Amino acid sequence: MCCLPPEAGDFGDAGTYLAERLTTFMRTLRNNAFAVGLKESEDAARVLASPLVARPTGLRSALKALVCARRSDWLKFDEVFDAFWLGRGMRRVVPLTSRAQSSKRTERRQLSGPEVEQKTEAGLGEQVPASGEEQNDSGSSPARMEGASRRERLAETDFRKIHDPKAIAEAHALAARLARRMRTRLSRRERVRAKGRRIDMRRTIRRNVSHGGVPIELVWRKRKRKPLRLVVLLDASGSMSLYTAVFVRFIHGVLDNFREAEAFLFHTRLVHVSNAMREKDAARALERLSLLAQGVGGGTRIGESLATFNRWHAKSVIHSRTCVMIISDGYDTGPPEAMAVEMQRLAKRCKRIVWLNPMIGWDDYEPSARGMQAALPHIDLFATAHNLKSLAALEPYLVRL
Amino acid sequence: MPKACFQHGAISGTQGAHLRIAMTLSREQISERLAAAGYIADRELPVALQLMDMLGRPLLLEGEAGVGKTEVAKALAAVHGTGLIRLQCYEGLDQSTALYEWNYQRQLLAIRARESSGADPRTVEQDIFSERFLLERPLLAAIRRDDRPVLLIDEIDRADEEFEAFLLELLSDFQVSIPELGTIKARSIPRVVLTSNSTRELSDALRRRCLYHYVDYPDVERETRIILTRVPGTATALALQIARMVEGVRKEEVKKVPGVAETLDWAAALVGLDVKNLQDDPETVHETLRCLLKTQEDRARFTTEVSARLLGKVA
Repeated sequence: MCCLPPEAGDFGDAGTYLAERLTTFMRTLRNNAFAVGLKESEDAARVLASPLVARPTGLRSALKALVCARRSDWLKFDEVFDAFWLGRGMRRVVPLTSRAQSSKRTERRQLSGPEVEQKTEAGLGEQVPASGEEQNDSGSSPARMEGASRRERLAETDFRKIHDPKAIAEAHALAARLARRMRTRLSRRERVRAKGRRIDMRRTIRRNVSHGGVPIELVWRKRKRKPLRLVVLLDASGSMSLYTAVFVRFIHGVLDNFREAEAFLFHTRLVHVSNAMREKDAARALERLSLLAQGVGGGTRIGESLATFNRWHAKSVIHSRTCVMIISDGYDTGPPEAMAVEMQRLAKRCKRIVWLNPMIGWDDYEPSARGMQAALPHIDLFATAHNLKSLAALEPYLVRL
Repeated sequence: MPKACFQHGAISGTQGAHLRIAMTLSREQISERLAAAGYIADRELPVALQLMDMLGRPLLLEGEAGVGKTEVAKALAAVHGTGLIRLQCYEGLDQSTALYEWNYQRQLLAIRARESSGADPRTVEQDIFSERFLLERPLLAAIRRDDRPVLLIDEIDRADEEFEAFLLELLSDFQVSIPELGTIKARSIPRVVLTSNSTRELSDALRRRCLYHYVDYPDVERETRIILTRVPGTATALALQIARMVEGVRKEEVKKVPGVAETLDWAAALVGLDVKNLQDDPETVHETLRCLLKTQEDRARFTTEVSARLLGKVA
């Protein structure tokens, strides 16, 4: 398909060939979650017709400036570009049905109906970039799937198959209940509003200068409402695979119902998934999510993921009334000190940290995971939750936050 | 109300495109002129700046505080030899401070003055809503200039969402309607540069409208060149040492990562203290490190041992 190197005959009509390749490239970008529309394609064609293309790096830089819209795109672009135009370090996405069935017994139960199967087949056929080291020993050791591995895994966990309308409806109902009950607080700060309870003297005088100082138009002030913002960080590593489905649905509900909410997924890396998950149609949201969440089901680097969060996202995502909810079993492959430091940073930034750990209920589990120990002092609510029911049982505690 | 319709000499579509192509500078020219203006760009920025002219899109710059986002706009103005108009955004920024406002005081005075002379009220009204009484704010000023100025909208993430929506409208139409005066079309399309520190997530619409460039901390080589251009009198060897040292500091766990401005301060301090080689004078180096470290915590972390260790790597 698109990853074939150009053949000798193709250069006969280089212009058309390039234009076609460009279209395919745009589609690849779209599949990699870049926001590329008609306008971008049109402008890309103009770039292609300009003298910029004469230099090999020109095209790359130009397209990069054109199609990127945020830092995550910026970091991802070079990889996608190289994979497409230079055929370097890429691989196909493994067909998603075969492996998943053998390895994930529990989730298979939720496979519902033929239409899901169908979608899987028609779905992503494009390639995704691979990290170089992975390619060398792909498919070598089956042992790396056990427990916490440091290596990223191919997108074997397919979020699309957790599309179960009933379960989604339940998760949404719970999220809606929470959203209603987690209180919106009035702050003492005020801001200008069209209707309000007090007159803003300064602005009223200023505005009515044009009427010779006669206060005809009044400017009002009203107290600011600060809705609680919920930021969910979901551990999607291999050890959590039993529970991922439940929480992904819950997150979809949270993003739909809370006025302000953000969602992140982490395993060996941290991915911001709010935009993909905001899709109203659950099936589509999950589809976009599986595209984003490469490497899901592999090892966990909680400390590193938290560091990424603190460094790049916390500033824009956390405000004075933010509750951070971390859903993870606390099995970290990184050093526990790193985790302690990052948790401390996070605790300084936000009002409340909830840590939901699906493993607490288990007999042989104690938060021995050293990372977990390190994190405990900074957590406001540490509770168990492994399915929707236990999540619902937590409602009163969450509401009080 | 009488309407004095103002139709400024707006460039029509095709003509504008023509002009634009004629004025497009090549990438090398842009890099050279940026360097001449004192801005050492990375590999990708000149292409983005060239695209701005070619496609007529605004440029959105993101990056950590202190990497020189605002400098890009200043240098761009120098590259094209046009003026720079700056709009600093803040919470509560509204149209009357960003776009235009009537000069009420002058209007009142004018009315009072004419009251006694018994002038026709209608002419008075027409007069006080004329150009003379209009206060231009940055956005209006930018679209009424002929020389395609650089319009810098700084820290757009601090403005409210409503203002962002309004800005989006202005950036696509480049015209403003003033009820008393009529529609003012842009005489020339300004080159728009937006910067953001990502304290708030910008709307997708705005992001898609813009070209994007992420400004990162410079690498050692680029930072050396920056020091050499900005701090005259620095020896190349010293500049290289400084750049390496700063890179080391950035890799440490610091709360406030030093930006380019801090590097320049430090370089100026070292030059001022007549340091020729960082290795010769570890004590001065440690003392002056406060140019880079701006919080109490960071300064406490950087003991003499830490700075000695970093110095060891610099050699």
